[in-house]
Amino acid sequence: MKITQISVFLENRKGRLFEVCSLLGSNEINIRALTIAETESFGVLRIVVDKPDIAVKLLHKNGFVANFTDVIAVEVSDKPGGLAAVLQVFADNDVNIEYMYGFVEKFSDQALLVFRFEDTERAGNILAQNEIKIVTQSEIEGL
Amino acid sequence: MEVPFWNKEIETLDRARLRGIQTERLKQIISWALKTPLYNKRLNQAGIHSENDIKDIEDLTRLAFTTKDDLRKNFPRGLLAVDMKDIIRVHSSSGTTGIPTVIYFTGDDIENWTDLLARSIVATGATSEDIFQNMMTYGLFTGGLGLHYGAERVGMMVIPIGGGNTKRQIQVMKDFQTTTLHITPSYMLHIHSKLEQEGVSLSDLSLRKGFLGAEPHSENTRLKIEELLNIHAYNSYGLSELNGPGVAFECVYRKDMHVWEDGYIVEIIDPVTGELKEEGEQGEVVLTNLIRRGTPILRYRTRDLAFLHPEGCECGRTHRRLSRILGRTDDMLIINGVNVFPSQIEEKIMKIPEVATNYQIYVDKKGQLDRLTVRVEIYPKLFLGDVSNLEALRVKIKEELKSSIVINPVVELHEPGSLPVSEGKAKRVLDERPKD
Repeated sequence: MKITQISVFLENRKGRLFEVCSLLGSNEINIRALTIAETESFGVLRIVVDKPDIAVKLLHKNGFVANFTDVIAVEVSDKPGGLAAVLQVFADNDVNIEYMYGFVEKFSDQALLVFRFEDTERAGNILAQNEIKIVTQSEIEGL
Repeated sequence: MEVPFWNKEIETLDRARLRGIQTERLKQIISWALKTPLYNKRLNQAGIHSENDIKDIEDLTRLAFTTKDDLRKNFPRGLLAVDMKDIIRVHSSSGTTGIPTVIYFTGDDIENWTDLLARSIVATGATSEDIFQNMMTYGLFTGGLGLHYGAERVGMMVIPIGGGNTKRQIQVMKDFQTTTLHITPSYMLHIHSKLEQEGVSLSDLSLRKGFLGAEPHSENTRLKIEELLNIHAYNSYGLSELNGPGVAFECVYRKDMHVWEDGYIVEIIDPVTGELKEEGEQGEVVLTNLIRRGTPILRYRTRDLAFLHPEGCECGRTHRRLSRILGRTDDMLIINGVNVFPSQIEEKIMKIPEVATNYQIYVDKKGQLDRLTVRVEIYPKLFLGDVSNLEALRVKIKEELKSSIVINPVVELHEPGSLPVSEGKAKRVLDERPKD
């Protein structure tokens, strides 16, 4: 149920984000979802890609600091109140969200969101119990 | 622990006899120094008209100190004490901060220097079976050629690769199964940060020892290097005015550096008053070269701050140990009125495991106030993908620094290998405050 997110440490330097994206692009790796967490002096780029193992090896080889993080991708109805309905489940069950962001594209009429939970296992179980659709790694790869 | 010696008799000579040798050699050097106009004048002023006026090395303390400025004023040949035909080598400082300083060596001078370097290398436990990759710059700088000659004298296989070209350095370490490196501490850390990128792991290499020289570094930097590269690191001290490396070197115990006192007279002085300090007291290192005729240098103010250990060493050598260089009399920064030594900053940040390799101290002005920025590289294996961890690390570094240097620095986190490392000495401090 988990999918792999890649976190890349980005120092505050002109062109650094471009360098990550162009490296992945020229190696035929497709970014499915992306967000940047930033502070005054550095940022962390979070991406979901179609080939995470290859992408991380490539990043390391090119001197980037990158790591895997477990996240869960959830289908949410693309209509008013869709996200709220899912968040309601988390609130009712005391599931803490560390951060979340949306996919670049969608592969059905549903919206796709990436969640990072404090306790990934538990969040996954609660999603399953509430019959909320979780997107698998192979579905991401086939997008 | 097994304690190897190059010349056991000299290295363990009792202090009284060692002083006798120093006095004899000082007399010889004085006789050569009297041939140069600068020392002729200064020695005469001190009441020393010939070597026979020297009864003991204590007589030397009557002589004024020699400074870098004295050497510059005598560029290029003012301190040459022998006929040019007897000179076989010249070394020179880069001159980036002014007129270069220049040192001439006779054949005997090179021979004496080489012997002290062979002694230094053997003291670390290295032998003729070792493969020695000499990663210091060759050329006018003394670091490369000095150790090169010493290592050949010991019978090591020397790889005279010189500084720079990290990719090739790593390849050569692997191809020749290098066991021993001579390198600056900042370049050592830089090399480590590039191993993974080159697809090389420590198990592909046979590294055992690193001689760290040409840059003052803290004990925590040594520990970090030893841990990251799984080697023993030995501190090395020298400066081109006193021949170069081989003035002082650590033995197998790695508890500060034996000054080869048959080759050098070491004094520690108060940098302000010039008064002699006791053993154990910190001050400026002053050195007299006892083994070089080409350019005699007496009582040279190194501007390096250190102390001499009062007690002996477990290895049995009688030559006293000099502490690591704790700062320079001329590298002190004054930031909003507070005195800060870069070594204080290094001491703190190298103790934090998440800090990887390199760091840089940057000073500028923000409005009327000085602003101190400390840039550190993070250690990739400890990156968890989390912003809050990194931010906590940044705050921790800031707090640690503040507790040591009083002022509140800006702390920036950088990617490993991203801060500039020169092939010789790292650019650690950038002071971009407008000069008035």
